[in-house]
Amino acid sequence: MSSGKKVMTGRHFMMGNIACAEGAIAAGCEFVAGYPITPASEIGNQLAKRLPQVGGVFIQTEDEISAICAAIGASWAGHKAMTATSGPGISLMQENIGLAVETETPLVIVDVQRLGPSTGVPSIGSQGDVVQVARGSHGDYQIIALCPESPQEMFDLTIRAFNLAERYRVPVFLLADGFAGHMRERVEIPETDSLDIIDRKVTTDGSDPMERIDFLDEDVAPMPVFGRGFKAHVSGSCHDEHGMRNLSEPEVMHRYISRPINKILKHRDDIIQAEGDHSAADIVLVSYGTVSRSARAAAQLGRAQGINVGTLRIVTCWPFPDREIRQIAESVDFMLVLENNRGQLYPYIKAEAAHACQIEFLGPQILGQIHDPENILARIKEMIK
Amino acid sequence: MSVSEHPFRKYMRSHITRTTNCPGCGNGIVTQAILRAIEELGMDMDDFIFVSGIGCAAWIPSPLFAADTLHTTHGRPIAFATGVKLSLPEKNVFVVSGDGDLAAIGGNHLIHAARRNINLTVVLVNNGIYGMTGGQTAPTTPRGVATITSPYGSLEHAFDISRMVAAAGAPYVARWTTYHPRQMTRSIKKAIQKKGFALVESISQCPVQFGKAAKLGKAVDMLKYYKNNSIGIKRARSLDEQALKGKIVVGEFVDMEKAELTSELARLKEEVMEG
Repeated sequence: MSSGKKVMTGRHFMMGNIACAEGAIAAGCEFVAGYPITPASEIGNQLAKRLPQVGGVFIQTEDEISAICAAIGASWAGHKAMTATSGPGISLMQENIGLAVETETPLVIVDVQRLGPSTGVPSIGSQGDVVQVARGSHGDYQIIALCPESPQEMFDLTIRAFNLAERYRVPVFLLADGFAGHMRERVEIPETDSLDIIDRKVTTDGSDPMERIDFLDEDVAPMPVFGRGFKAHVSGSCHDEHGMRNLSEPEVMHRYISRPINKILKHRDDIIQAEGDHSAADIVLVSYGTVSRSARAAAQLGRAQGINVGTLRIVTCWPFPDREIRQIAESVDFMLVLENNRGQLYPYIKAEAAHACQIEFLGPQILGQIHDPENILARIKEMIK
Repeated sequence: MSVSEHPFRKYMRSHITRTTNCPGCGNGIVTQAILRAIEELGMDMDDFIFVSGIGCAAWIPSPLFAADTLHTTHGRPIAFATGVKLSLPEKNVFVVSGDGDLAAIGGNHLIHAARRNINLTVVLVNNGIYGMTGGQTAPTTPRGVATITSPYGSLEHAFDISRMVAAAGAPYVARWTTYHPRQMTRSIKKAIQKKGFALVESISQCPVQFGKAAKLGKAVDMLKYYKNNSIGIKRARSLDEQALKGKIVVGEFVDMEKAELTSELARLKEEVMEG
């Protein structure tokens, strides 16, 4: 796994974090900045070795703040960029995640979640950051977050995260957890030609941003990347379509907040992925990330006993798949939400479902341990009796 | 009366017609020193990417300069500039920001960039106070000066930024005041040309906040103060601590060659890349 090939085509027995690193390189990532942290370190470890082999740059920064800032800088310099960390690192990055949102910077941020808050338990997976990644930076914004459930998806969804980041000029989270990151499983890496890779649209004209639209286009303005004479002005301050700071016109302030939000919501059908088997189900198990594996096992157990158990697996947590949840809620009697936390996405799901079905929440018996399918089945029986 | 254009107007965005500087601010002198250095080196604004943070000095390049300009969060311009430079090693990445931005909230990035020896040019405008937020004490405020957050006089010791950055390993460090625009320009030229992390600390007057707090008077009085209290680094080396009390040591603190990060990375890629 240490040859200089860009795409490691073939069938591997691979750790999720390594699959994420290989997915980044396959997606065309050329710049990664990071700071060591359990359970995400293997991503940086692998990229420190692999990126120079494919002409890219890895830098270990002095902290996670510096890591995300350097990645944003590299993205503006025209490179596909990524940083990878865990919850404590995400906490440090939050201010500059807001800058990436408002400067419309393509960027992938990997959060291999661990049990928290605070220092918590570094090597135990959890889903405690799911709201933080969407609402952790100050102010009003939307974000994209994808939740892998396996090492294979650590590869596949890393590529999808880059594609969404590049297509919509936004930061995108790969919201993994310690289970997906440290699990070793079969990972199939396809041929280079069969990978669908998207690159950002770059400005083609002019050396005066006043004669261009560089920002705040709901259909994604071409990016005036640095170093090509575009004389771009990029600012985290409230700015207009040309990138110029404006703190005096209320209409500009309104657009500065609304347009980046609308850009994501307008394209939500392309962004949101949710999958499952819920036709003719009486009860649907709603889950995301590695918890979905327990949900599927529980559904199988239930069906073997004659209970019509369906599953809905949320792949895109953010933007929130409101319509998808509402639609299913209106076709079933019961919904059971499974998360490896105390119920973070549950209120959002409940808001879309409670009018139509009976909905309840179930965490694992012990937080940070995987959901026992037998325990899920027991709860299903309790609900539907 | 005919109005002639300022010779450096060509380096500025044409739609920008005013700055955010207060009357008497040293930012204008530093701006001119930067642009004169670029002019005298015969360089083009498209050779540069300017990065700045939050605070008065961060407004020197942004949005004024007709170049790629990145205006970042508070304290982080050197971290952003690190990513830009690693991705565009052939460009000159130039950071302009203040002492609060680069030495307080962003102090860690400053010393680590110096340690790494990444080829950045940093002009750190040191006015000894937080100007934009209304005159709060800074890590550069001299001990005893009464500011809005040290109303009984600052109890803390001030950073010596140039010595700190030199100790962190930067191969070029110089300090001048706004009374020394020619020397400052010469040092900025050397900093741009230096293959490595280069810092020019520009002691600059903030008559509105620091002048008032330190009872140094107006802009001209402050420039006279700089004139009367600056001492060249060569002479300073022969003086003891007592004799240097209250003096501003100016000149080149370091000028040397050492292995630079982007060149080392280019060499590494040559070695490990396939084909």
